[in-house]
Amino acid sequence: MQETASTVDSGIHTRVRWFISDTLAIARRSAAHIRQTPEKLLDVTMQPLMFVLLFAFVFGGAIHVAGGSYREYLVGGILVQTIFFGMMGPAISIATDLKEGVLERFRSLPMSRSAFLFGHLTAELTAMLLAVVIMTVSGLIVGWGINASIGSAIAGYGLLLLLAALAIWLGTLLGIAVRSPDAVMGLAFIVIFPLTFVSSAFVGTGTLPDGLRQVAEWNPISALAAAVRTLFGNPTAVPGDAVWPLAHPVLASLIWIVAGLAVVIPLTMRLYQRKTTG
Amino acid sequence: MNDNSAIVARGLSKRYDELWALRDIDLNVPAGSVLGLLGHNGAGKTTAIRILTTLAEPTSGSASVAGFDVATEGARVRERIGVAGQSATVDDLLTARANLEMVGRLYHLPKGEVRSRADELLERLGLADVGDRLVKTFSGGMRRRLDLAASLVADPPVLFLDEPTTGLDPEARIELWKLLRELVAGGTTLLLTTQYLDEADQLADSIVVLDRGRVIEEGSPAELKSRVGGERVVINVSGTQEIPPAASALARFADGHIDSDPGELLVAAPVQRGTRLIEVVRALDQEGIDAADVHRREPTLDDVFLALTGTRRVESDPTDEHELEEVAA
Repeated sequence: MQETASTVDSGIHTRVRWFISDTLAIARRSAAHIRQTPEKLLDVTMQPLMFVLLFAFVFGGAIHVAGGSYREYLVGGILVQTIFFGMMGPAISIATDLKEGVLERFRSLPMSRSAFLFGHLTAELTAMLLAVVIMTVSGLIVGWGINASIGSAIAGYGLLLLLAALAIWLGTLLGIAVRSPDAVMGLAFIVIFPLTFVSSAFVGTGTLPDGLRQVAEWNPISALAAAVRTLFGNPTAVPGDAVWPLAHPVLASLIWIVAGLAVVIPLTMRLYQRKTTG
Repeated sequence: MNDNSAIVARGLSKRYDELWALRDIDLNVPAGSVLGLLGHNGAGKTTAIRILTTLAEPTSGSASVAGFDVATEGARVRERIGVAGQSATVDDLLTARANLEMVGRLYHLPKGEVRSRADELLERLGLADVGDRLVKTFSGGMRRRLDLAASLVADPPVLFLDEPTTGLDPEARIELWKLLRELVAGGTTLLLTTQYLDEADQLADSIVVLDRGRVIEEGSPAELKSRVGGERVVINVSGTQEIPPAASALARFADGHIDSDPGELLVAAPVQRGTRLIEVVRALDQEGIDAADVHRREPTLDDVFLALTGTRRVESDPTDEHELEEVAA
């Protein structure tokens, strides 16, 4: 029986086919995990919904943004924030896999070695898409809308997808580096909370005191939120004297994401190799 | 290299920081035979398996499995081996069947075979009626069996089992031995590690004894037994003053070194074939010793070390093998 696997010369065609089937096998496993523990999806389903409701109905009345309604402004910020928070999912599942012995099994199989990472990635990306759909729908319900051309709206969703890819790779890196699901939770909150709140995700940076305002304006989250708002035709509340990334949010966001991926992907692959070869 | 060898190692060594987990190991396992790696925790057994299964890189030396070099042709090696580790590497959140099917897919088996192989192995390992249960509900023994099933999915010609019966009850242990004998009869080459002399004796064609990363003895089970001796008689005396007379009483029946342990108040020795326990008791009585207990037992790994190294028990390494790998990882 082993002949089926072994006698095939590993030509490039076969290798690609195996890489894809291995990736799908791992993604299928992640999907089965989610079926067993649906609460894993809370961070990409209930949490964004809560934020939309909280900010639309509780805080929203007290916050005013220049150039439009707060609910129009809000959704772009929550989309970016949720995707960024979404890095927790891959971080925790990778950390769990590394902690338990299951990776040893995978590594002793003739599977493509990077397929493990890409399988995770595929599953997590699907979860992120779900989050984007939920937020779009809940945004529409509270009075948000897209006031831009179809092309621009598609570009908006494209940007969110790219951001999702970066968040998943960042989460994977975090999970591999930390290796304990509990530590991931702690670390993520220390880093992600200030990063997303000291930004223009929920309030215009013009309202912030000096010092904090500069931090918020250079924060990539601010540029990303402004870029999404720009592409969806929502108010951005960017002050006239804002720094370059905020004044050119779409270009700045692309630079942030591409640079981020260029650093994080090779770093993650290297760390993964190192942590799993003893 | 011998064409008939399924596993060959030459000068295999592995160092974790200052500590040599494996030092200059040579192995040669003919295809279709069973090698037992015998040693205490920390002797280097797991390290040897990790290198041979491409999970770890040797610091020096070389090895080949099924004709392929573990360092440079890892992918080829992985297509031809099955591995079951000490900790059952199965996925808790999948059913037993889903675990085996996933492994089948990752071995790139044809679609239909993925299903049929999973069914076949669940049946064979007595897991058929729990095949659709989540693994997290399994007992330790069931997990071990599933882990073993996973290693057999692709019907690999070379099988590595790291302490396969640790934690199994005696009945499950004998079941597993039977299964392994069937596999070997079908042509599978097996390398297993164990801390139990009787297990190596039951299954292995040849035995390599590891101590702190080095080979201290190798040979067939019969050769090893002739050095270690067979059945032991153990006398439990009631005071240290009784140890010398008990030892001299036992000397009449001994077939090898008489070992006394003043701490535990024990005197023990391998005895000649056909020695009857009643004769030993009579001899003790003649010396005026009222022994608390006299019994027979099969030789253990400790007896092997006592016979081979003259020390009662190897100081187990301060770092247990697993901790060692944790640190290294």
